[in-house]
Amino acid sequence: MSADNAIVLALCVPLATAAGIQVAGRISDNLREAVTLVGAVTLAWVVWGMLPALFAGERPAVMLGELLPGVALAFEVEPLGMLFAALASGLWIINSVYSIGYMRANQERKQTRFYTCFALALAATMGIAFSGNLITLFLCYEILTLSTYPLVSHKGDEHTVRSARVYLGILLCTSIGLFLPAIIWTYHVAGTGDFTLGGILEGHIDGADIGLLLALFVFGVGKAAVMPVHRWLPSAMVAPTPVSALLHAVAVVKAGVFSIAKIIVYVFGVDFLFAAPSANWLVFIAAFTILAASLVALRQQNIKRLLAYSTVAQLSYVVMAAAVLKPLAEIGAAIHMVAHAFGKITLFFAAGAIYTAAKKTEIHQLRGIGKRMPWTMAAFTIGALSMIGVPPTAGFVSKWYILAGAFQADNLVAIFTIIASTVLNAMYFLPIIFMAWFAKEPSGSKDHGEAPLLVVLALCLTATLTLGFFFFNGPVIELEAQLFQGATQ
Amino acid sequence: MDLTPHLPALQVIVPMLSAPLIVLLKPRGLAWAGATAVALLSFAVALNMAIAISDGAHYRYDMGGWAAPYGIELSVGAFSSLILLIVTGAAATALLAGRASIDSQIEPDRQPMFYAAWLLALAGLAGIAVSADAFNIFVFMEISSLASYVLIAGGPNRRALPAVFKYLVMGTIGATFYLIGVGLVYMMTGTLNLADMEARVGAVDDINPILVAAGFITIGLALKAAVFPLHVWLPNAYTHSPHMVTVFLAACATKVAIYVLIRFDFFVFQSNFDWHGSHFSSFLMPLGLLGILVASAVAMFEGHIKRLLAMSSVAQIGYIILGASFVTQDGLTASAAHLFNHALAKGGLFLAIAALACHYDDLRLDRLAGAARSMPWTSAALAICGFSLVGVPGTAGFISKWLLIDAALDQGPFAWLLVLIILASSLMALAYVWRIVETLYKKPAVVQPSSAGEAPLELLLITWLIALANIGFGLFPQFPLNLASAAAELLMGHAL
Repeated sequence: MSADNAIVLALCVPLATAAGIQVAGRISDNLREAVTLVGAVTLAWVVWGMLPALFAGERPAVMLGELLPGVALAFEVEPLGMLFAALASGLWIINSVYSIGYMRANQERKQTRFYTCFALALAATMGIAFSGNLITLFLCYEILTLSTYPLVSHKGDEHTVRSARVYLGILLCTSIGLFLPAIIWTYHVAGTGDFTLGGILEGHIDGADIGLLLALFVFGVGKAAVMPVHRWLPSAMVAPTPVSALLHAVAVVKAGVFSIAKIIVYVFGVDFLFAAPSANWLVFIAAFTILAASLVALRQQNIKRLLAYSTVAQLSYVVMAAAVLKPLAEIGAAIHMVAHAFGKITLFFAAGAIYTAAKKTEIHQLRGIGKRMPWTMAAFTIGALSMIGVPPTAGFVSKWYILAGAFQADNLVAIFTIIASTVLNAMYFLPIIFMAWFAKEPSGSKDHGEAPLLVVLALCLTATLTLGFFFFNGPVIELEAQLFQGATQ
Repeated sequence: MDLTPHLPALQVIVPMLSAPLIVLLKPRGLAWAGATAVALLSFAVALNMAIAISDGAHYRYDMGGWAAPYGIELSVGAFSSLILLIVTGAAATALLAGRASIDSQIEPDRQPMFYAAWLLALAGLAGIAVSADAFNIFVFMEISSLASYVLIAGGPNRRALPAVFKYLVMGTIGATFYLIGVGLVYMMTGTLNLADMEARVGAVDDINPILVAAGFITIGLALKAAVFPLHVWLPNAYTHSPHMVTVFLAACATKVAIYVLIRFDFFVFQSNFDWHGSHFSSFLMPLGLLGILVASAVAMFEGHIKRLLAMSSVAQIGYIILGASFVTQDGLTASAAHLFNHALAKGGLFLAIAALACHYDDLRLDRLAGAARSMPWTSAALAICGFSLVGVPGTAGFISKWLLIDAALDQGPFAWLLVLIILASSLMALAYVWRIVETLYKKPAVVQPSSAGEAPLELLLITWLIALANIGFGLFPQFPLNLASAAAELLMGHAL
């Protein structure tokens, strides 16, 4: 199988899975879930199968057709996208295992629609990861927004529909109102929107326009949740937990920061943007988002909302790292996408396990829960430590690279923000961990044990990945270092 | 016998001569079958010409062998061919899909007359598109208008009568203005043939009558085209007419008027007078922008789903006018492409609404709550066409919006303002489309549908065909786009 075909296959497998789920859902639940798992494993096999070609320095590409003269639907695999696709497709398997346990235990309604939309969202995610130009990215970005709406509004009551409207409203308004004009502007001045190493805008745009265009991109990609367009993410927490876990900790939000990183590296070009004084503001707004979101997280009582604000902060780490505009920081941005994904999906899995087993959603209810659910809380602890950046967890590796990049650029704002936010992260996660393990459970509380086996299995797997990434991160760094080999040689 | 050179004439003659024959087809269903066959034949003729024209052909036809400028000349280029596709396509799809809907709204004994009027409207609209002669355009305009008054008033809804009276008065004023303008030009040049006019109008001694004529023609046609603020006849006419008539007319009636407006202004005036470009654009650009903003804003708060989409049509006409008012190749391409794409989106939407109307008598938005539960396919098609209207990528609407913004960026220092307005109105479109989608899918039902289940199969199939065409032409827009850019080239070629 050539790598070019693999791209098309990576797009088609989740689509075929979605169709298969629709058919199988009419026959039996077990068959439907088998189709989901087979689809997830096949997708991961296809995507991971492209890795050797990437390490060999190849750039598989495929063009599907031309929309307008010079505006084509095209896909190209490069290190950033490969990493994102490998991450999302790999975690889809674990998340499917978790979903089966969670959806059954909570007897959720309309599960066929749930799994179908999930597969569609994964297809859109693959499209985003492999997109070869801005217009393809935009197309898949919008499909991702629309396909996740039924997942967010899954519960169907009035509160959920209202929250889902905020979700859809913010994401569609920012993308049509800001992202689209930015893309058309880029095509208009540069004559192309192809992702090219070193950027395509140099010589076509100057002065304050660079900063303005960057702003259109950064706020237009609402999925990156840079303040003030972050409100959709807490709203999206009304979704069932597997959705929050894979989509709002990995696929959707990472699609946002991935798009920003890709635009900075491949549309503006790191050196071009570094030399533009009007683009400096991005570090500040990202730093502000990190600190403000962390402060808001401190005040949250609901576990999932706390995790959502923590995600807002962690996403801006990636944006800030990308905005530092030094090779080490760009690599740090890519690694942080992975590190945060492992840690945050574990935390969400744990939150969902607690809800399934104990029907608890608030932080103050967690007193002494560690004794009843030791595996879940151990995984939660590992995830939280990774968020803070304590070794030996994944979060430490990425923070190391981002800090190194910040020193390389002498960017004091970034250095200060990383230190301050580490303190804040510790302030909101450590009390929960302490309370869960060492506080006394209030008397007369419900008697319960661990969540269903599949749920616990999934969260232990991701916790292991969080630990494992600390030790085995070489291939990821090697892959992402390719981004700058051309520049250093 | 090779019919190919006669296609422009057949485009008009076939539906016009079939109309009186249809009246004779009294047995149930026969009139429908006849009219549908004629409409499909017309569509085939239009498609045939469009394919030849996108390969570079151009049709000219002298009626009865009398050469222009004395004889009647027909001419079909890229622009007219695009309009013919829209007109015949809309007529054919609406008839093909609409038998059940028409049966439920028109009494059996009046149906032959109704279908005859339908074919006359088709003949009139197609006639406008093929005529190369200012007076014949007026004649066909009257034929199509009179027939469409009959069609709109043909339903059981009594409120259609005042609506159609308003339309009649305003339509007549528009046509009269156009005729006054044509008369003035005739007075100064002594010809009615557009090509001949173009050659002679530059040489007239006194420019004032031409100026007055340009004003009359532009305003008269703007009235017919429902350019804001001359649109007041449109919302009620679309809302209260039979559902299938709305599909037909919403997809093409105003567009034909825009076609004449653009064609007349660019062929006759633009090429001869330096001042015309700035007059044209400084008159129509503000109207286009106002229409885009005001009509979109009004649509957000409309309570009746047909009225809401009618207001949205006014906004979309604003887009088309805006693109033309740039007086550039890119702007005209965007305009022409949007003519086509909007017809697809709005035609699909009104088809879906006709499907909803099979089970819901009251089409106020709050009464349609929860309709997606009993009619999932109809609702999904409606959502797809709605997204095309908004301009979500992957749909036809996105292509024209992209072209329009791209053209607007060339408009000098105020480009950002234009882009801002286009985007603001896209977001308003998103708001009103989303309101419909959410009502259908997420709200608890208020009214139980008169009978459970989906719309009739043929209606559903055609609605989905159009919905898929919205996606198809969003991903592979080459065919309409080639015609649109050839049309723009033709228009700008005259403007040199």
